[in-house]
Amino acid sequence: MDFDLTTEQRIIKKTIKDFAEEEVAKGALERDRTKKFPIEIFRKLADLGMMGLPFPEEYGGGGADTISFAIVVEELSKACASTGITYSAHISLGGAPINQFGTEEQKRKYLVPLCTGESLGAFGLTEPNAGSDAGGTETKAIEDGDDFVINGEKSFITNGSYAKFIPLTAVTNRKDGKKEISAIIVPTDAEGFHVKDHYEKMGLHASNTTELVLENVRVPKENLLGKRGEGLKQFLQTLDGGRIGIGAMAVGIAQAAYEKSLRYAKERRQFGRSLTHFQAIQFKLADMAMKIELARNMVYKAAWFKDKGKPFTKEASMCKLFATEMCSEVTSQAVQIHGGNGYMKDFHVERYMRDAKLLEIGEGTSEIQRMVIAREIGAR
Amino acid sequence: MNIYVLLKRTFDTEEKITLSNGQINEEGAEFIINPYDEYAVEEAIQIKEEHGANVTVVTVGGEEAEKQLRTALAMGADQAVLINTEEDIDEADQYTTAKIIAEYLKEKEIDLILAGNVAIDGGSGQVGPRVAELLNIPYVTTIIDLQIDGDRVNLVRDVEGDEEKIEATLPLLVTAQQGLNEPRYPSLPGIMKAKKKPLEELELDDLDLDEEDVEAKTKRIEIFLPSERQAGKILEGELDEQVKELVSLLRNEAKVI
Repeated sequence: MDFDLTTEQRIIKKTIKDFAEEEVAKGALERDRTKKFPIEIFRKLADLGMMGLPFPEEYGGGGADTISFAIVVEELSKACASTGITYSAHISLGGAPINQFGTEEQKRKYLVPLCTGESLGAFGLTEPNAGSDAGGTETKAIEDGDDFVINGEKSFITNGSYAKFIPLTAVTNRKDGKKEISAIIVPTDAEGFHVKDHYEKMGLHASNTTELVLENVRVPKENLLGKRGEGLKQFLQTLDGGRIGIGAMAVGIAQAAYEKSLRYAKERRQFGRSLTHFQAIQFKLADMAMKIELARNMVYKAAWFKDKGKPFTKEASMCKLFATEMCSEVTSQAVQIHGGNGYMKDFHVERYMRDAKLLEIGEGTSEIQRMVIAREIGAR
Repeated sequence: MNIYVLLKRTFDTEEKITLSNGQINEEGAEFIINPYDEYAVEEAIQIKEEHGANVTVVTVGGEEAEKQLRTALAMGADQAVLINTEEDIDEADQYTTAKIIAEYLKEKEIDLILAGNVAIDGGSGQVGPRVAELLNIPYVTTIIDLQIDGDRVNLVRDVEGDEEKIEATLPLLVTAQQGLNEPRYPSLPGIMKAKKKPLEELELDDLDLDEEDVEAKTKRIEIFLPSERQAGKILEGELDEQVKELVSLLRNEAKVI
């Protein structure tokens, strides 16, 4: 056993922490109000070589490990969860499937611009009638000569407006009443491809969440990603990695909420003493510190399993489930500790609470995580 | 051009200093490159980018300082030297550090040495100038601008808010003041490359030094924290009475008049 980070991981942590405090944190409150996407932050992250963090150096990536990815997502999310989710989706949903399932040519064509930050990464799985039931995909890709002609809709797609291409799932055939679902890379400037940025969200206001509408979108068959008919399986595998990112986000937001609460409790005086003198508040803070530590350990462990090439489906679901439910609890308690002030935007904690809720839903709801864990432990 | 940067590992500026058994508590504390030394590293890398140079970062300390050296390598330095005194030296002062560094540097071909103006922990500002003295080369402290033109160096020095323009020649030692530059974040490729860059580890033996040669010239008598600041007193009442009370307090309580 070794709980120490490596020298590289420690330097990455220090670098991204400094960056997040200097470049990301200061505008977070304002961006939550204006819903302005922090594109300039991503240009700076690209300059630092962070946009291709875990991908091979030959495609312009950084060659770093999943623990480093979790560290970067945590620190960015601590400063601004919208920035954190944008980054996490870019790497783990946008880049990962191309890196994992793409041909050499596809990696050159699509992974390289993701690593340089020329395009943000996104992927299209969820549909109006296919949420937790991802197999309910209705988007159709009909073969026509050397092309696929795609029709359908995708919902809640992170980074859609800033992606130059999006791998998405579509039904490519039906055999004996069973769907054959495949993943296809679709350029967003293709004719008939509409990216709509019209959602009004509860939180994560500065992240870009879009609806994709495809009307007779024509792409060459070579845009098929991975094996035909394995699109759903591939994307579910991709989500395992994404769940580590969401877990890391939850740890980052909770850490921010906890630090703000501890500072506030030390400064705020009631009944002639600071709040930290009251056991009711002490216990809340102690619980926060403990749960965050446990969640971070599980995120690191899932990342470590992935880095070691071990199966990590169960660990990824456990870290996502525990960390995100912990985050909702911690951020809610942070508002409680702040009292009336906590309900006000200027104190940040109400934003954390709103941002946290999505983490229990996106990339597999808490209920889906419990199903995954139950299946993994043999309870069926 | 051969550039050497003197670097110290220090407490993170955000750390709260606590004492236990008369010593500063290092347990669990975060450490960083001394911020003034970070300006020195950045300046060395900028010179390298403009004129071409080989940049070596040097530190005297323990094994733990490797992280700060690797950070400097990640920023763009070419190699690092850790002079590990962990086992040989218990009490060190500025003389100790300067003597060790000078001994290491005396056989080297040197064009420029950059150091921080001051370390944020000890705060003596002595190591840089002492090294220059021992090597018998000129030095300029608290610089906020540096331009190299062949052998000539044009410098701007911060003198308590005013500026002093100085011309010097290489070889030279300078110490960096805040305002010299804006240190870069190490890039991810830089961080990943840093582990493959050479990091030489030396001990006193390797420099033909004995403990006595570098024995501290000063002795630390006591370490204590500044006394906690007392709450201020707001005077009330008529102006005349307030003035009278203030004078009385200054005379009898504060005893400053």
